[in-house]
Amino acid sequence: MLPVVGLGSWITFNVGDDRVAQDACADVMRAFFDAGGRLIDSSPMYGSSQQAIGYGLRKLGMPQALFAADKVWIASGARGPAQIEASRTHWRVPRFDLLQVHNLLSWQDHLPTLFAMKAEGRLRYVGITTSEGRRHGDVEAIMRKEPLDFVQVTYNAVDRDVEARILPLARDRGIAVIVNRPFRQGGLIAATRRAPLPAFATDVGCTNWAGLLLKFIAAHPAVTCAIPATTQSTHARENMAAARGDLPDEAMRQRIATLVAKL
Amino acid sequence: MSEWWTYRLSSFVLFSPRTYLRLIERYNDDVWPLQLVAMAAGVAIVLLVRSQRSWPSRAIPLALASMWLFVAWAFHVRRYATINWAAQYFAIAFVAEALLLAWTGTVRGRLRFGAGAALQQRAGYVIVAGALAGVPLTEWLAGRDWRQLEWFGVTPDATVIGTLGILLLARDRPPWALLVVPLLWCAVNGAFLWTLGLRDALALPLTALLVLATRLAPPSSRSPRPSAR
Repeated sequence: MLPVVGLGSWITFNVGDDRVAQDACADVMRAFFDAGGRLIDSSPMYGSSQQAIGYGLRKLGMPQALFAADKVWIASGARGPAQIEASRTHWRVPRFDLLQVHNLLSWQDHLPTLFAMKAEGRLRYVGITTSEGRRHGDVEAIMRKEPLDFVQVTYNAVDRDVEARILPLARDRGIAVIVNRPFRQGGLIAATRRAPLPAFATDVGCTNWAGLLLKFIAAHPAVTCAIPATTQSTHARENMAAARGDLPDEAMRQRIATLVAKL
Repeated sequence: MSEWWTYRLSSFVLFSPRTYLRLIERYNDDVWPLQLVAMAAGVAIVLLVRSQRSWPSRAIPLALASMWLFVAWAFHVRRYATINWAAQYFAIAFVAEALLLAWTGTVRGRLRFGAGAALQQRAGYVIVAGALAGVPLTEWLAGRDWRQLEWFGVTPDATVIGTLGILLLARDRPPWALLVVPLLWCAVNGAFLWTLGLRDALALPLTALLVLATRLAPPSSRSPRPSAR
């Protein structure tokens, strides 16, 4: 089982070859793994994030708990395998657990490659991703047509389009769901700074808004894992705290969404 | 790119402001003391613009082309590409501008410096002063550490701004072909850095607007001092 909170790397881990910043990323990863985290997600689109992850994994002694999730993001289907191999080298892992077609780019070309890798035992799971509500019609069609293991979508207390069709479909078909942009790239955290944490948050063991926002997502029965990104190990620990304890029921989820919508 | 209209500029921000400023800081450390050499070259160019001799009109574009080539390689390829995959395309644009400057100014001699239209030259001096001193001063006032300041001849923004100013110091109106890449950089990188939260990036679009206004303004009187042929 994957913990319901993973670790994203969009923007936060793209630090180039800056060793000081790479060490800070490794600190975030250490806090994440120490708190029981497993899934780390990246993409060749994220600049040097893969290299920062590889540096951190090596520094931490390649934690056995790691669930390595990456993406293929290139227009040419023929160049997909080379990009995947380059990504694997950056991560310094023997193989990926999950590879996803990033934002459905050339998905018709890449999915056969990924399914073949899975059949050969060089990959455990195959998925597709989208973000910020794009191409949900295509995502749904691919979910119906292809034997996907994972789908990655944007979902949070404000962006709830996927509740209508994609999340129920994922549940029906047994497709695991990774949630990106759980804090709207920090926007929701910034918005909640002005608002007191509601009293009912303590009923599910939350002492901060980040935890409550993550539990809103994790409580959806179709969601497998949310992947907040951070540059600070304290935030990584706070985020991982949301993977423990009780989850909100549907009534509380509605109250959270109503509160956040007013911010 | 499907549903391209749903993308915002922020969708293409791949790194944090902190990472960008750290990159500038480490780059400055690496190229030191080239900042001093480039600044001295900038001051020399301003002094040579008024020269009565003919060789500066070919030497100035060559100096600018060298700076654009240097920024393309040392900044875009070696540094910026580590956090921004688009930097390889920026490098190509900077090389193209370097070749255009060398071809138009140095090889063909189509940039003649000396006394030109008064309005154009005043704008040119203001912009060059902005590139040499205004950019780092504004960035410092905006809260950057002094090691994160950008300098003419070694970092893109100050080099672009300085080049636009120097092109306005030519006797005649600068060819549009030489203005395209710098003006596009001002628009694209100005908007990008603004989205990143770096408010000092406003210097880029302001410079572009001043250059466009000057370039499009009706012909005015020339400066009284004669120019070298």
